[in-house]
Amino acid sequence: MQSSPEILKALENESIEILRETAASFAKPVMLYSIGKDSSVLLHLARKAFYPAPIPFPLLHIDTTWKFKEMISFRDEVASKYGLELIVHTNQEGVEEGVTPFTRGISEYTRIMKTVGLRQALDKYGFDGAIGGSRRDEEKSRAKERIFSVREAGHRWNPREQRPELWRTYNTRLRPEQSMRIFPISDWTELDVWHYISQNEIPINPLYFAKERPVVWRGDQMLMVDDERFPLINGETPENRLIRFRTLGCYPLTAAVESTATTISEVLAEVSEVKLSERATRLIDGDKEDSMEKKKTEGYF
Amino acid sequence: MATPKTKPLIRLLTCGSVDDGKSTLIGRLLVETDSIPHDTVATARSVRRGGSTIAAGEIDFSLLTDGLEAEREQGITIDVAYRSMSLLNGSRLIIADAPGHEQYTRNMAVAASRSDVALVLLDAARGVRSQTLRHLTICALMGVSRVAIVINKLDVFDYSKEKFEEISAQIAPAVARLNIGEHAIIPVSALVGDNVVFKGKNLDWYTGPTLLEYIQNQNLAEDAMTSPHFGIQYISRVDTFRGLAGTLVNGKFKVGDEVVILPSKKKATIAKMVTFDGELTSAGHEQTLNIVLEPEVDAARGDVLHLATNAKPPADRFTANIVWLGESELIHSRSYLLISGSTSTPAIVTTIKHKINIESGEHDSARTLKMNEIGVVEIATDSPVALSNYSDSRETGNFILVDRSTLNTVGAGMIVHALRRSENVTEQAYEINAEKRAAQKGQVGKVLWFTGLSGSGKSTIANELAKELYALGRHVYVLDGDNLRLGLNKDLGFAKEDRAENVRRVSEVAKLMMDAGLIVIVALVSPFRVDRDQARELFQPGKFIEIWVNTPAELCAKRDPKGLYKKAAAGDLPNMTGIGQEYEAPLNAELVLDGTLELRVNTDIVMEIAK
Ligand SMILES: Nc1nc2c(ncn2[C@@H]2O[C@H](COP(=O)(O)OP(=O)(O)OP(=O)(O)O)[C@@H](O)[C@H]2O)c(=O)[nH]1
Ligand SMILES: [Mg+2]
Repeated sequence: MQSSPEILKALENESIEILRETAASFAKPVMLYSIGKDSSVLLHLARKAFYPAPIPFPLLHIDTTWKFKEMISFRDEVASKYGLELIVHTNQEGVEEGVTPFTRGISEYTRIMKTVGLRQALDKYGFDGAIGGSRRDEEKSRAKERIFSVREAGHRWNPREQRPELWRTYNTRLRPEQSMRIFPISDWTELDVWHYISQNEIPINPLYFAKERPVVWRGDQMLMVDDERFPLINGETPENRLIRFRTLGCYPLTAAVESTATTISEVLAEVSEVKLSERATRLIDGDKEDSMEKKKTEGYF
Repeated sequence: MATPKTKPLIRLLTCGSVDDGKSTLIGRLLVETDSIPHDTVATARSVRRGGSTIAAGEIDFSLLTDGLEAEREQGITIDVAYRSMSLLNGSRLIIADAPGHEQYTRNMAVAASRSDVALVLLDAARGVRSQTLRHLTICALMGVSRVAIVINKLDVFDYSKEKFEEISAQIAPAVARLNIGEHAIIPVSALVGDNVVFKGKNLDWYTGPTLLEYIQNQNLAEDAMTSPHFGIQYISRVDTFRGLAGTLVNGKFKVGDEVVILPSKKKATIAKMVTFDGELTSAGHEQTLNIVLEPEVDAARGDVLHLATNAKPPADRFTANIVWLGESELIHSRSYLLISGSTSTPAIVTTIKHKINIESGEHDSARTLKMNEIGVVEIATDSPVALSNYSDSRETGNFILVDRSTLNTVGAGMIVHALRRSENVTEQAYEINAEKRAAQKGQVGKVLWFTGLSGSGKSTIANELAKELYALGRHVYVLDGDNLRLGLNKDLGFAKEDRAENVRRVSEVAKLMMDAGLIVIVALVSPFRVDRDQARELFQPGKFIEIWVNTPAELCAKRDPKGLYKKAAAGDLPNMTGIGQEYEAPLNAELVLDGTLELRVNTDIVMEIAK
């Protein structure tokens, strides 16, 4: 996939237009900030869209308490560097019930800590429009979603009854029980994101660059032991390997890739060669991953 | 002039009737150009959709775009899937795989509205079907500039040239009639893989381009653009900075250009063009920016900037093509929300000129448009809007209609031309105004709008009220639904669209009478909420008082003063409110009267606010 400067410019203009339409149309918009590369691009686009004024909505991070330590420190640095209003929400009930990636199945853990956590936060603050950094090239049901995607009561997505979205004339009106999810980088590809980060020198999380980190193997996937909560199997000691991450998430559920890429251009070269989708580095329960579509109908991003 | 710029993003859609092989074709195109991650392709080898006959281990190409569970179960596409790939010239191709099923025509329209190139598929065995023609018509209306007719499944006919020619001849009249300019006819087998990316051996008689070559050869350049249009999306404010944020389309702006703000027609000069990446001295098509005007005249979201030398006056009457998307039909005279870019205003369809017969292209007369029907209508907007003709600009000639109660998008519109530019009609301001006229009568003008079922007691209460107000020396007039149907509204029946027009006329008359200083009492069933809300909008807050005479339907039917319920029960009045048609109770009425109470009691209650 080629990403020329002209393509990036066109994608950028489209995204900025969507962000402005969002800020103008909703009573209480919010931007989901998940600390990864897509969020970094989204944040950069938002800074551009409203410049010279500050970003007119807060950022929301749903913290499952299992994120990489470097994600949290990076998040806080970014927030203070750009003077952002950052809201962090954790599903406390889930924490109190002892829900972790190790005590529950992965899909149940994801549902409680991510989906329910997100719904709680949106309801608590009364956000009517939530901006996310999902792209259509990520997954088959995302490839079907509108840019302005209506959610029914309970934040449910109804993929069979999506509101028509014609031209660039967006219908942002909502009934009281509805809310909106907004995807400004729908048309971008993974490579566009990397090219754009490189072109605009956008700061991204150090976990995207290769470094010696302690890992253990689980099947054919390599997991980083980020803190003492990771259950090691009798007598196992983590080995240091030169690794990086292709996507970021909860550390026990995000597989590393072996890599020597320590600069953006090296990462770009690597990503251009890879023929597997990003989702290949996410852990799932055996092969019965809850489909993205199912998660989305429950309110997931 | 410089050579026109190649478009960096080219959008393509596949369309045609259900099962003609659109998803299969796109899947193959993506796989053979290595545009799909290998693990995704692997899944398409192992998973099967309902009723699939594809051998185990082979790729089911349709699964690469049919991503919804319901699509896999039913083996059809329901909504558009978007996939990207690179073209040889470095442009990006964004593919929209649209559904063929008639029920999901609106989703096909979603894809067509932004596409540059259409692949219209035909199954060689089934030939041209009405859905093929519907899609072709929508492509033509929506300005998809390049169309390839792709004749698929030729494997079934042993790649027969005669079959290809037979189907080509079948579609030719429609292509000619719809004025589809640049088009090609391409034979393929999406399933076997002939002539999609690779030529293959089976179509040796065919000498034209493969499908991919055809797409590569579309040299899509930006159109020559001379009518810059900047829609204000958002006002950006910080400290003393006040920028108008939006996207420039259809031309260029330079610092120093004189611009007109529409619809107010105020003039100003572009002092600065601000972006995160620095200030610009000039900006072109699709550039997002902040414009600072000098002087800083008033401008709001939804307003539009044009060059002063090239400004199109806004208009409030248009002829437009409409593709109806709503589950419930288009109601003439009902108020919808018209949205175009960031501009929105209430609007009504004043006339349905005709609907288009998909099969023949002929104009059929129509009183309404049902879902998936296409028609030509006249539209009146509440306030003037700066829309262009769709044939001049897709970006500024489009609009959608939104149902005001469900808030769903129900219509996709394309401006044919403006009927009345606002330069022709300017409201005259008179010095003797409503307040002065009312003061002369020692009263405050207002409208008391009684709504409720037939027999609920509207007219009885209105009559009592008028008598008492008269006795107090007030100047009042009663507009009674039945009486008006003898004259002003005698051309109207009781269908939904007629009721909407009835309410519209009565509300306009009430407004004139209030303007004359009168207290106006309206007694009208007015069963539909949107229609009443539309009436309310004509008035200043506090001037329109909605009074719901809430009488149980059984009691109304028992009273039956005009014998209407009896007739309806016998099936003679299909549109009787409460029987064949719904009564939508007010949600925010200023007053709700219990229709079972004494007349005296209810009159007293209303008198409190009427005096
Ligand atoms: N023999 C033959 N069958 C084909 C060919 N292309 C597609 N098919 C079959 O036709 C059926 C429908 O294919 P799809 O690709 O789902 O059709 P579609 O046009 O996308 O259908 P909708 O999106 O639901 O309108 C499937 O069973 C395909 O395998 C072809 O070239 N030859
Ligand atoms: Mg399909």
